[in-house]
Amino acid sequence: MLRVENLSKNWKEFRLKEVSFKVGSGEYFIILGPSGAGKTLLLETIAGIFKPDLGRIFLEGRDITNEPPERRGIAYIPQNYGLFMHMTAYENIAFGLKLRKFQREKIREEVEKIAGILEISDLLGRNVKKLSGGEQQRVAIARALAVKPKILLLDEPFSNLDPNLKGRLMREMKNWRKELEFTAIHVTHSFEESIVLGDRVGILINGEMKQVGEIREVFSKPENEDVAKFLGHENILEGVADGRSLNINGIRIELPQKACGKIRIVIPPESILISKNPLVTSARNNFRAIIHGIEELGAIIKLKLSIGENLLSAYLTKASFVDMNLSEGEEVFISFKATSIHIFE
Amino acid sequence: MRDYFSIFLALVGSFLFLYILLPITLILSFQILDLGSIIKALKDERVLNSLINSVTTATATMLLSLIFGVPLGYLLARKNFFGKNFVQSVVDLPIVIPHSVVGIMLLFTYSEAILDNYLGIISAMLFVSASFTVNSAREGFIAVEEKVEFVARTLGATKSKVFFTITLPLAMHSILTGAIMTWARAISEVGAILIVAYYPKTAQVLVMDYFNNYGLSTARPIAVLLILMSFTLFLILRRVASVKS
Repeated sequence: MLRVENLSKNWKEFRLKEVSFKVGSGEYFIILGPSGAGKTLLLETIAGIFKPDLGRIFLEGRDITNEPPERRGIAYIPQNYGLFMHMTAYENIAFGLKLRKFQREKIREEVEKIAGILEISDLLGRNVKKLSGGEQQRVAIARALAVKPKILLLDEPFSNLDPNLKGRLMREMKNWRKELEFTAIHVTHSFEESIVLGDRVGILINGEMKQVGEIREVFSKPENEDVAKFLGHENILEGVADGRSLNINGIRIELPQKACGKIRIVIPPESILISKNPLVTSARNNFRAIIHGIEELGAIIKLKLSIGENLLSAYLTKASFVDMNLSEGEEVFISFKATSIHIFE
Repeated sequence: MRDYFSIFLALVGSFLFLYILLPITLILSFQILDLGSIIKALKDERVLNSLINSVTTATATMLLSLIFGVPLGYLLARKNFFGKNFVQSVVDLPIVIPHSVVGIMLLFTYSEAILDNYLGIISAMLFVSASFTVNSAREGFIAVEEKVEFVARTLGATKSKVFFTITLPLAMHSILTGAIMTWARAISEVGAILIVAYYPKTAQVLVMDYFNNYGLSTARPIAVLLILMSFTLFLILRRVASVKS
């Protein structure tokens, strides 16, 4: 559907470096990255507002790199929605249809249809200035989808909304997608939005697309340290490998596959088992650890552990934490499977 | 506790307010006691013609400032080009030039072409008042977010379509406010007009004429008519501008 190849662009303090990815038809593609990564620049370059310095963009096989935005068939919703404040909600939604020279009746029909789906039929006559943030966002989505774009670009669509509204709109977005079957690229720095809405994700850090893949895949198996760090994987350890085992500051960790020389691994905190007694398990990686920090994260407890000089984090449910009656300074037994470890090249 | 500081500010601040209001009130109230002279002035063909001249030339000036000032304001708001600061300074320059000097410069440059004709009046007015329209238009365009224009492009509008359906309507209030200031500045211009185009007689020149020839009491009714007319049109234009946006 959309193919971006080696896209590079310098603009003000932002830069994109040889960004490549594909978005399939009907897919909800998330571009996830910290602020300042160039996410908006990437979106606006795809929309045609900026010309790339290098690289190509293909839409349905057609090279659109030099097409002006009005001939791309790509709709764009900026972070503040970019509504036309001098128009009513109806006029906003009808804007693109009018440009396409539809009959007046046809326009009315289309606007009412999309407004019905987005539940803004009652707002159509209102000046958009007077609408709430959530209502404005619905109008912006309706306006973009009314022209039946080949692809919809959303820049941080939920960042200006309060958390309750955000949750509701995310659920509704899934329904709208089912009903209207659009392809979307959604830029965000929120993991929650990525996991709830995304089919696939591209991690954009410092203008580079660090990893592209299925959401689960990327979140559980970051391919490099930048992605792992950004995704909040804390247990990144460095050591020297010889075959199936890794030596890190005096402890030996069994690896899922052979490796050689200096490597980095990540041990997902949720894969670490904790017990007050020595564990009887098939896992080869069993260690004694000292608890030197306990942090409450809602229903989950994060333990900070040390094995010798190595620091690790592990998660426990609150129930099992209370059950085990753990406290700081205490010694516990930890265990994790070799197969849960990811190795970075 | 009494807020002495605010009282102090109010006392000091009211000086300018009263200073401006006093002469206007005074001349108007004196005129009300002397309605006969105003009726006489209205019957004077020279007075009527001069008032018509003032309004038409000021209005023509306003339209010219819109035609040429809006595109310039847009460029200054949106584009970066070599010498942009210089262009901006030139636009603002007339504010600091004494108006008699403006008249001399215009006459020196265009000589016979503008001497004692409507074109002369308008060229003098345009010179001293165009910057209001240009600057207001520029500010109006700056206030229109570029992202909104981007969205309109992606919805299928060409650059010119975006300008006329999105950017211009959004900046319209600011543009019209500037145009009204241009009109007001134009109708109050005397110095440059005196030098460039003493004739055809505008009301502001006629007031001076009558004062020089017949004295204060003869000049006063015309002055009052000019004030009333300017106020009325100013208010009407403002109303139109606020309805439009």
